[in-house]
Amino acid sequence: MKTFLKAATLTLTLGASSLAMAEPVKIGLITTLSGGGAGLGVDTRDGFMLAIKQSGNKDITVITEDDAQKPELAVQIADKMIQSDKVDILTGIVWSNLLMAVVPGAVAQGKIYVSTNAAPAALAGEKCDPLYFNAAYQNDNLHEAMGEYANKVYKKMFIMAPNYPAGKDSLTGFKRYYKGELANEVYTKVGQTDYAAEIAQIRASGADAAFVFLPGGMGIAFMKQYAQSGVKIPVIGPGFSFSQDVLPAIGDAALGAKASGQWAKDLDNAANKKFVPAFQAEYGRLPSIYAVQAYDAAQLILAAASKASVKDVKAFTTELSKADIQSPRGKFKFNTNRHPIQDIYLTEVVKDNGTLTNKIVEKIFTDHGDAYAKDCKK
Amino acid sequence: MTFALLIEQLLNGVQLGVMLFLMAAGLTLIFGVMGLINLAHGSLYMVGAFACASVAALTGSFWLGLVASLAAAAAAGALIEITVIRRLYQRDHLDQVLATFALILIFSEGTRWLFGSFPLYLDIPPLLQGAVGLPGGAQYPVYRLAIILAGALVAFGLYALISKTRLGMRIRAGESDREMIAALGVDIRTLYTLVFALGAALAGLAGAMVGALQSVQVGMGEPVLILAFVVIVIGGIGSIKGALVGALLVGSVDTLGRFLLPQALALMVPPDQAGLIGGALASMLIYILMAIILAVKPRGLFPAQA
Repeated sequence: MKTFLKAATLTLTLGASSLAMAEPVKIGLITTLSGGGAGLGVDTRDGFMLAIKQSGNKDITVITEDDAQKPELAVQIADKMIQSDKVDILTGIVWSNLLMAVVPGAVAQGKIYVSTNAAPAALAGEKCDPLYFNAAYQNDNLHEAMGEYANKVYKKMFIMAPNYPAGKDSLTGFKRYYKGELANEVYTKVGQTDYAAEIAQIRASGADAAFVFLPGGMGIAFMKQYAQSGVKIPVIGPGFSFSQDVLPAIGDAALGAKASGQWAKDLDNAANKKFVPAFQAEYGRLPSIYAVQAYDAAQLILAAASKASVKDVKAFTTELSKADIQSPRGKFKFNTNRHPIQDIYLTEVVKDNGTLTNKIVEKIFTDHGDAYAKDCKK
Repeated sequence: MTFALLIEQLLNGVQLGVMLFLMAAGLTLIFGVMGLINLAHGSLYMVGAFACASVAALTGSFWLGLVASLAAAAAAGALIEITVIRRLYQRDHLDQVLATFALILIFSEGTRWLFGSFPLYLDIPPLLQGAVGLPGGAQYPVYRLAIILAGALVAFGLYALISKTRLGMRIRAGESDREMIAALGVDIRTLYTLVFALGAALAGLAGAMVGALQSVQVGMGEPVLILAFVVIVIGGIGSIKGALVGALLVGSVDTLGRFLLPQALALMVPPDQAGLIGGALASMLIYILMAIILAVKPRGLFPAQA
């Protein structure tokens, strides 16, 4: 009887463990850890690793490498990870131009890619791929939301973005929803740090508000200079312009700025109430949107890995597309082009116990997909 | 209103020019006296900004930060002159470029190691906050006016130093014939370290002043370095006067180009296209200016040595 019991327990444990984890999974995390854009990459890595750590899953290995925000380096790292490290899944790239360099080659070699941020239009429509998933958004989404918001509040807008693909996508996305008058449409140099000439134009434009998409250091420079210029026209933008990684450097100049985001620190759901303190305890700072997106990407991979073997790519991607996770964003599911369908909110920069952060004001879009999904037939 | 806007943009051009001058003056001084191409000049700019931001955060005073930025950049400059740069004077320019490029990488990653990857916060001192009214109804930030003033003071100070003092005389002598002044008993090694530290301090000052306007982050020096090279090539390598004229020229052309080109194009093509093409053309403008000037005067506007 005793032996039988032992045998039965053993079978049960074996059965249970094989159900929980089908196969060891090797993940290659390529992100920007040096250079001016490193803040975004550090948050991506930390968010991703938090989810892996919380799961306690010992069968998952993550190899992290720095792409220094250079496309050619990202491609080399991806090739090395696929060929010599034999990873099953790639993830982590922050920038659209790097993603465009890596993803087509990786999926052609049968590897799964789960994007934690970059989401160029080119991979969302006709050229979508069954092995390419995006856990963040589609590039146009947050700009579309601000276009919708501006429609309700303002009649005449000044719009501005850097002169590169994501900048053009930004203003295209904004204009897809904004139907009012445009005072001016200005493209700035990528990496520009002095905005005196543009601020003078905003002052002279007579616009009701300015929509500005300037990620990273560009946005910090613009907001600080704008605050000193004495121009009283309100500035609005997509969430990146005021995300947690740049707010401390902008300082009080950002107070009151309205932006769009699919997540904020104060979003009221159980997963978020667990995520924010856990991130703070682990790393001693507030998470940014990039950390949330990477956290969800890791959760998605963990959820799929508990149901299917990563060696069976078809079964694994089917599980991935079910998106069976508790996201700090609340509702989260995949569209037919494997980009998110999610709510997008209007946020405002406030001071909370002396720390600048974003607070949710209202919901702009409910279950918002993207304009390209209909062209994705794969 | 258009007139006020034009005045404001002209001031913006001058302010950008003054800032470039602070960078270019050190670069051209070092090239003129030691014949050294220093790519790490942008790193000294970054050192100044980080020193100012961290001291300002610790003490709450921007002015102490400004002093710290001068001291830190000069010290960093003297240190790399003694340990690395000194060995490069006799080498050709390719070796100098390689070694100083390595210094950029060391400074960038060293700074990241010390301060982390996230940008630091540096605010404008309360005294210089806000904007003042200008004749014609325009408003202009006080801080930018202060930068113009500081730049003018530095330009005057450099002029006085080089043309009126003994040190300046030695610097000029070092430019024309370094063997001779060594033979005359001037300690050329100390002179070089001093000149290098002075150039570094100017870059650090520029970094600190600009850090309050922009973001203090790793890699902030390199875009400015490229512009500073354009300035000294236009002005004539080695000439302080050339650096001043070149900087003001580049500052004004860049600012007015960004402002006027899209507007001029808007008369011909739809506004969104005008913004796109105008923006692209404006960012090329200073390089076109450099090409034209070099075609007419291949050694720049004020060639330093015959």
